[in-house]
Amino acid sequence: MKYPKDGKFGEFGGKYIPETLVPATEELEKNYLKFKDDKDFKKELDYYLKQYAGRPTPLYYAKNLSEICGGAKIYLKREDLLHGGAHKINNTLGQALLAKKMNKKRIIAETGAGQHGVATAMACAVLGIKSEIYMGYKDTIRQKQNVYRMNMLGAKVHPVKSGSKTLKDAINEAIRDWITNVENTYYLLGSAVGPHPYPVMVRDFQSVIGKEIKVQMKKITNKIPDIVIACVGGGSNAIGTFYPLVDTSAEIIGVEAAGKGLKTKYHSATLSAGSKGVLHGMMTYLLQNDEGQIAETHSISAGLDYPGVGPEHSFFKDIKRIKYHSATDAEVIDAFMMLTKTEGIIPALESAHAIAEAIKIAQKSKKSESIVVTLSGRGDKDVEEVQKYLNKHVKN
Amino acid sequence: MSRIKQKFAELAAKKQKALIAYMMVGHPNQNTTITAIRGLVRGGADIIELGFPFSDPLADGPIIQNASTVSLENGTTINQFFSIVKKIRKETEIPLVLMTYTNILFHRGYAKFISEAKNAGIDGFILPDMSIDESKQYLESAKNMTDTIFLISPNTTKKRIEKIAKSSSGFLYLVAVYGTTGVKTGVQNYTLKAIKNLKNITKGKIPIGVGFGVSTPNDVKKYIDAGADAVIVGSAFLKIIQSTPKNKLESRIASFTKSLKIKTIKK
Repeated sequence: MKYPKDGKFGEFGGKYIPETLVPATEELEKNYLKFKDDKDFKKELDYYLKQYAGRPTPLYYAKNLSEICGGAKIYLKREDLLHGGAHKINNTLGQALLAKKMNKKRIIAETGAGQHGVATAMACAVLGIKSEIYMGYKDTIRQKQNVYRMNMLGAKVHPVKSGSKTLKDAINEAIRDWITNVENTYYLLGSAVGPHPYPVMVRDFQSVIGKEIKVQMKKITNKIPDIVIACVGGGSNAIGTFYPLVDTSAEIIGVEAAGKGLKTKYHSATLSAGSKGVLHGMMTYLLQNDEGQIAETHSISAGLDYPGVGPEHSFFKDIKRIKYHSATDAEVIDAFMMLTKTEGIIPALESAHAIAEAIKIAQKSKKSESIVVTLSGRGDKDVEEVQKYLNKHVKN
Repeated sequence: MSRIKQKFAELAAKKQKALIAYMMVGHPNQNTTITAIRGLVRGGADIIELGFPFSDPLADGPIIQNASTVSLENGTTINQFFSIVKKIRKETEIPLVLMTYTNILFHRGYAKFISEAKNAGIDGFILPDMSIDESKQYLESAKNMTDTIFLISPNTTKKRIEKIAKSSSGFLYLVAVYGTTGVKTGVQNYTLKAIKNLKNITKGKIPIGVGFGVSTPNDVKKYIDAGADAVIVGSAFLKIIQSTPKNKLESRIASFTKSLKIKTIKK
């Protein structure tokens, strides 16, 4: 896999960070480069991914859904079946293991919906490291169950009451903690965002998704998939899905949260509607106002509710290798219900964005074509939110 | 010669060190900012750092975060900021440094922002999330326009200090503690060591200012005794603003400034 030495994807990425963090990111990079190709490290990570997290995940042919759409065959990459119920564990096991090799005694992380927080708490529990999780105050209320889970797993949860009290503020607070405790603390970032080397490292740990897809599609169809789709918030499951396929002929589509519509203020579609800027240590597309102040975002799925996006996605957008579309809350609910009813699979609302796009495309495609959708997480956490939405919007 | 450089030269001739005072513009409102700045000037501050609010101030502690939020809620804009700077400039020649975050400049365009700021009367910039590695465009835009003040941390390596010092003008900003602004940890031995180390490496070519968590006359004295050329006090002033009625603000700020300034004068 290609490693950008200066942490740049074209003009995106880089390291826009307070000077105190420079030695820490350099130490991290040095160790990452040392261990990523280390035989023993890879063997150990592989062991945990297989025996603990449940890899490889199946590539399931969604026959019922495909037939209803009447076009291409839709395959689901079942990251929802992983331990913890989402792709997040791929990255937290990798990074927590690295932190252990670096002799770090304390891990901090941010979390939006709580999925990354839970996956961090799990990895830290099994590897015996202390963890503390920053979570926006609003999210601790929206996703109370995940707060309980993190507490039970032994993590300390800090509700963040500054700014918009959501994911972006949780990242700010985690960075502030890191600046303060830089000597003994490992910051385990949950998405392919932040200063170098995080976007590359998270991409690499998540690339197991795309690599498996390639092998599995070869077995099933003897081909590369025609179309590959994943949802994009920060973009870690997407970059993990896409990266091993960018050098192939596959058409690749990332799906952002259009919330109540791209023409309203209530969405999180950074690549579709944003502009370039600097946030959380990286140059990337952002949702911001005319003055460069970061916007507050909206999505029915807390996991996509972020005004930035991984810098490598910004790069792939600009060179036109990957298309970025979006799905509204209403389309997402429809897709959520459709997958649940036809296949008996309850998707996370985040992943339902990708399903919504797949449904749209499948209807217009040929039966001989194949679509792979990464189902990044399970939807048990979302059933209450969906029920509320249905009560409010679907009358009679 | 820039106003900042000139100020340090004047102080050196008088055997004084510099007191740099920080204010968040528009907190709690723009009139208060002007009143507080009059207090700073009256009390003998040598340089004023003007904060422009950013929605995501990740190097700041709770006090400046809150001031940032209040200022933004009051609708402070870049143009309003520049017009306040112009007002201040009509009253005083004190060097003015703008502290904000990279995205504010980047979004408007480095060159445009810097030239507008200079026209208004800004003499230099402090951007806590602008690392030297990403600074090419910023430095080109600021060349022959304003000073570029970079930050150094107690854990910065010698090689990097040399690189940063080369691109810095006005002064070098040494972050006193591992932490965000306004966090009181007292004067640490590692900071005193870092001041000496920085002096040895820079050999007096550029003044060294110490900030983050500096809040009392005693802190000021300790850092000056350790060899700092300037101290930067921020959150302590914001606390006074929050707790002082408007009619007493100017005089209270002036007397606190005086109590700090006196520690920068060699007897």
